[in-house]
Amino acid sequence: MTTVSEKKLTEFEDNDQKPVGFGRMLRKEDARLLRGRGRFVDDVQLPGMLHLAILRSPFAHAKIVSIDTSAAEASPGVKAVVTGETLKGLGLAWMPTLSNDVQAVLATDKVRFQGQEVAFVVAEDRYQARDALELIDVEYEVLDPVIDVRKALEPDAPLIRDDLDGKTNNHVFDWETGDAEETDRVFAEADVIVKEDIVYPRVHPAPMETCGSVADFDPVEGRLRLWSTTQAPHAHRTLYAIVAGLPEHKIQVIAPDIGGGFGNKVPIYPGYVHSIVGSIVTGKPVKWMEDRSENLISTGFARDYIMRAEIAATREGKILAIRTNVLADHGAFNGTAAPVKYPAGFFGVFTGSYDLMAAHCKMTAVYTNKAPGGVAYACSFRITEAVYLVERIVDCLADELEMDPAELRLKNFIQPDQFPYTTKTGWVYDSGNYEPTMRLAMDMAGYEELRKEQALKRAKGELMGIGIAFFTEAVGAGPRKNMDILGLGMNDGCELRVHPTGKAVVRLSVKTQGQGHETTFAQIIAEELGIPPDDIDVIHGDTDNTPFGLGTYGSRSTPVSGAAAALVARKVRDKAQLIASAMLEVSVADLDWVKGAFQVKGDPGRSVTIQEIAFKAHGAGDLPEGMEGALEAQICYNPSNLTYPHGAYICVVDIDPGTAEVKVRRFIAVDDCGTRINPMIIEGQVHGGLTDGVGMALMEMIAFDEDGNCLGASLMDYLIPTSLEVPDWETGFTVTPSPHHPIGAKGVGESATVGSPPAIVNAVVDALKPFGVRHADMPLTPSRVWDAMRGQATPPI
Amino acid sequence: MQVPAPFEYERATSVDQAIGLLERLGSSARLVAGGHSLLPMMKLRLANFEYLIDINDLHGELGYIRVAADEVRIGAMTRHRELLESDALAQVFPIFRDAERVIADPVVRNRGTLGGSLCQADPSEDLSAVCTTLDASCVIRGSRGERVVTMEEFHVGPYETAVGDGEILTEIRIPIKPGKSGSAYAKVERRAGDWAVVSAGAAVWLDEQGQISDARVGLAAVGPNTTGIPEISASLRGRAPDESLYELAGAIAARSCDPVTDTRGSADYKRHLADELTRRTLRGAVERASAVERARS
Amino acid sequence: MQVTMTVNGVEYTREIEGRMLLVHFLRDVLGLTGTHWGCDTSNCGVCVVWMDGEPVKSCTVLAAMAGGREVRTVEGLANGAELDPIQEGFRQCHGLQCGFCTPGMLMTCRALLDKNPDPTEGEIREAISGQICRCTGYSSIIRSVRWTAVHEAKAKEEVAQA
Repeated sequence: MTTVSEKKLTEFEDNDQKPVGFGRMLRKEDARLLRGRGRFVDDVQLPGMLHLAILRSPFAHAKIVSIDTSAAEASPGVKAVVTGETLKGLGLAWMPTLSNDVQAVLATDKVRFQGQEVAFVVAEDRYQARDALELIDVEYEVLDPVIDVRKALEPDAPLIRDDLDGKTNNHVFDWETGDAEETDRVFAEADVIVKEDIVYPRVHPAPMETCGSVADFDPVEGRLRLWSTTQAPHAHRTLYAIVAGLPEHKIQVIAPDIGGGFGNKVPIYPGYVHSIVGSIVTGKPVKWMEDRSENLISTGFARDYIMRAEIAATREGKILAIRTNVLADHGAFNGTAAPVKYPAGFFGVFTGSYDLMAAHCKMTAVYTNKAPGGVAYACSFRITEAVYLVERIVDCLADELEMDPAELRLKNFIQPDQFPYTTKTGWVYDSGNYEPTMRLAMDMAGYEELRKEQALKRAKGELMGIGIAFFTEAVGAGPRKNMDILGLGMNDGCELRVHPTGKAVVRLSVKTQGQGHETTFAQIIAEELGIPPDDIDVIHGDTDNTPFGLGTYGSRSTPVSGAAAALVARKVRDKAQLIASAMLEVSVADLDWVKGAFQVKGDPGRSVTIQEIAFKAHGAGDLPEGMEGALEAQICYNPSNLTYPHGAYICVVDIDPGTAEVKVRRFIAVDDCGTRINPMIIEGQVHGGLTDGVGMALMEMIAFDEDGNCLGASLMDYLIPTSLEVPDWETGFTVTPSPHHPIGAKGVGESATVGSPPAIVNAVVDALKPFGVRHADMPLTPSRVWDAMRGQATPPI
Repeated sequence: MQVPAPFEYERATSVDQAIGLLERLGSSARLVAGGHSLLPMMKLRLANFEYLIDINDLHGELGYIRVAADEVRIGAMTRHRELLESDALAQVFPIFRDAERVIADPVVRNRGTLGGSLCQADPSEDLSAVCTTLDASCVIRGSRGERVVTMEEFHVGPYETAVGDGEILTEIRIPIKPGKSGSAYAKVERRAGDWAVVSAGAAVWLDEQGQISDARVGLAAVGPNTTGIPEISASLRGRAPDESLYELAGAIAARSCDPVTDTRGSADYKRHLADELTRRTLRGAVERASAVERARS
Repeated sequence: MQVTMTVNGVEYTREIEGRMLLVHFLRDVLGLTGTHWGCDTSNCGVCVVWMDGEPVKSCTVLAAMAGGREVRTVEGLANGAELDPIQEGFRQCHGLQCGFCTPGMLMTCRALLDKNPDPTEGEIREAISGQICRCTGYSSIIRSVRWTAVHEAKAKEEVAQA
């Protein structure tokens, strides 16, 4: 159902405003990317480089009886064939996951999901490597798989993790948050209780560039260089040191240009380790690039939560409490990438943007014979699931109360004077002003008019739906007192050097995958120092040339590393002020900072620019007593809290009553991410996330058949929205700065991915109201919408 | 990235040369035109051949759309884009433009060909449904000459056609019957570029009195083969077109097809779509036929 | 086998296997790594290049099939230091983020504008519908194409007036 817009846009936003600081600015990274001169991992060519291909299990659960690699070894161009047995001998058959579990680098005993790594081949070119895979003969003894997550804990369920000592069932963890007793008490006294089973199906980030690496091990120097598709090069370096036993100072991880990450490139995958082993074994550089099927079937999936949601309220629409019981499918290995003390990520913010009396969540996570992963796809550590839960159940409550969903939300928002607000699950929201954001979205949408139009259409049997979602995110992990990944505190370093001529270089621990760090971080420094962004080079992604830090995911670059950049610039400015006072022969207190220069108070004619100060810092003549030369600084930033961006989204859909096809007609997104560094980039980030939302709400799902065969193993089957499924996005903003972030910014990279799925689903369900539909699970494909229209909505799993 | 297993590449520069190559190489050889069905299958190693004969150079010989008074002839190497853009074709059979708009995507349509689509014989393939709807016949050439088969004869089974070893599909012929005609195509897909959940084509011919002299419906993705439904034609002939008739045709379509439940949708839903899309396309086809009438008067 | 083709105006002759895909020929043999690949099934379109003036998915074209033909890649768009207007349009309107789908998008959008210098939003959406972008949500790509159309029309007008 595509309608072709005849619009011919002729007016354009002026993005080329060349700000010295915040504002619309064209991206510095575009020059190379537009010319085809980006350098992605698969673009790396080294002399003598070999190619690696991985043999994967065709079965979800099977014992490996034998592996015969002799024919593959004899295949043309083959330099090495490695199996789990080989790795076992080197002590490398297993590696730790980011959640303190272990994962097989190559299977030794049995395979535990379809697509698991069984052996790899290293050959002279990628065609030969692929050919040799066909010649590896593996004998499997097929075992019953655990595919239905609801049956994973049944007493007779097949045991998946018999590799773990003493493990007798498929239980991973139980987790609880909030006050169960108090919540039950509030529920018992409530006028209205609404309950719904809500499934967030398994989806996949599927960045356009798949995962891969080039490992170059120099046996003489004992030095490993690894080009890799990683969002977290420093964390990876440390983990390789732990896994492979290589000294950390001999490992250089280089994340070159990355073709999208969305969380897919946070974990360490066996393939990366294979390339390292391959290089050690052959003495040559070894490249591994997974194909699209490998990406979809074996690397970090997302979601896979079955949630029972309950909401309690008064008859007048005051929301009192929310409780939920969650069954989480973690796949065959617990590879969740989340802070260690947060096994369910930040799901605890399921209380949403509302002032509640009580809340409680109980969660059970289990192993199944599916790929590991769980935290990915721009989810802000499971906030996607949490926001979907609360925004869906609030809509169900509105339906029960026969109340407008916008009105219900407005009635229950946390009020501006309540910030910092501590939720019933213990999260301290730093700042927020929800009503203006909501009102702006409603104004932009023409909410009242839309409701009138809907009423007219309903009278004619047409199906139009209006969906609202309001979210609060928790991003920028995180304070080291309670947040670490495998013992690494979630802090980020930043180094800034101002060269003698006043040009600068800033080195980051985080890594762009398209977010535009090379531009926005230059703007942060520019804002603080008054040096034009074009005069500031941003270095990132190379562990030998950047300070330590935990990388880019969970919308943490701006909240953590962005704060580091602002503070390191202020450190430089402080030093510059001392030099300026000497240069101008006045006391420090008599200087005013006017962006880019210090001037003498009351005498603007006497001033020195940051560039003049930089030259002085490096130049001839004495500096103030006790001061070292140069103009540079370093910092490691530990945030005192997370930041809490919020937003109001409104979606309008039309459904063809005959075919049940859903068309997203309009989407209005109002985001409040605090201070806005580069609005052009923020809007771009929001657009991308909204498109993710359309994908998840309407078409994306990694499904399995009962034998554990993945049914979404190619982009023919795993559907991602094209330009024809999405509308022209309408964005707006409000600004509520973070009180604890040095520039007040909050992070926005995942807001739209988090906020849009409930808006779209709420719109579809709203359109189906004439059929008595209160809930229908994603993905809302035409067939599933048709089921819902006939009162036969079923969960997707 | 997936890569195909080794094969020898040959390039044919004329139909006769292609036939000669096919005869010499036997069943170990396969023709490749646009390659957008074949090469992905070979990359995923679901299909392997010793020889691939590239017939793209035959576009000069087999890339044409010829509209005559009583027949349209389309060369097998005519690309999707050419079918989409041909005004002459759209004028006599608008169903082609309807279908081509929703086949794959514009870049794929630059390469994919009519012949390649039909020879793939995928039960979800749109042009097969179009040709079935239009009662097309297929010209197959071998070293012993040409033979012409109907669409029903052409489709032997899923992914199986009447084209034998040493033969090549060269042309599609579509009769232009007397009277006013209209045709239309509709497809439900989960996303642009996806294979059909279900699609339907309809063509109607009206006599002087505005009664249906003939009508045909072809469905895709609802059974092992692209399906033409003779019962619909029989029920519609001689009747005046109206909603109750479309409803009847839809009901016949729904009960005549044999869909399966898969990730694209449930069998029930597909059956419903067979009904719904049959009605829509018949309605559209009649509107177009009537528009022709209005235009003429 | 030997293949000879013209890429961005330069003729290349190389010894290859019959099965080599055009995208690998461009990237691995000629070192033109601007063209990317993203799937195995011709669904994502990050590999789009021109063959004889038309956009094609180079992961689904054999290098041998391009023999005797003219191929143009993203590296052939700019004229030295000067960006092609479509590249400038993407720069001005933030038509790219990670940059991975960008070369394919640029080639398709350039071809669209060559054929249809003043496309509507719907026509642009249709033209790029075989290419997936995970970052931009397409709106900014559509703006980029419109920006280019408007500026090319203006440039043409200026030339005509001169």
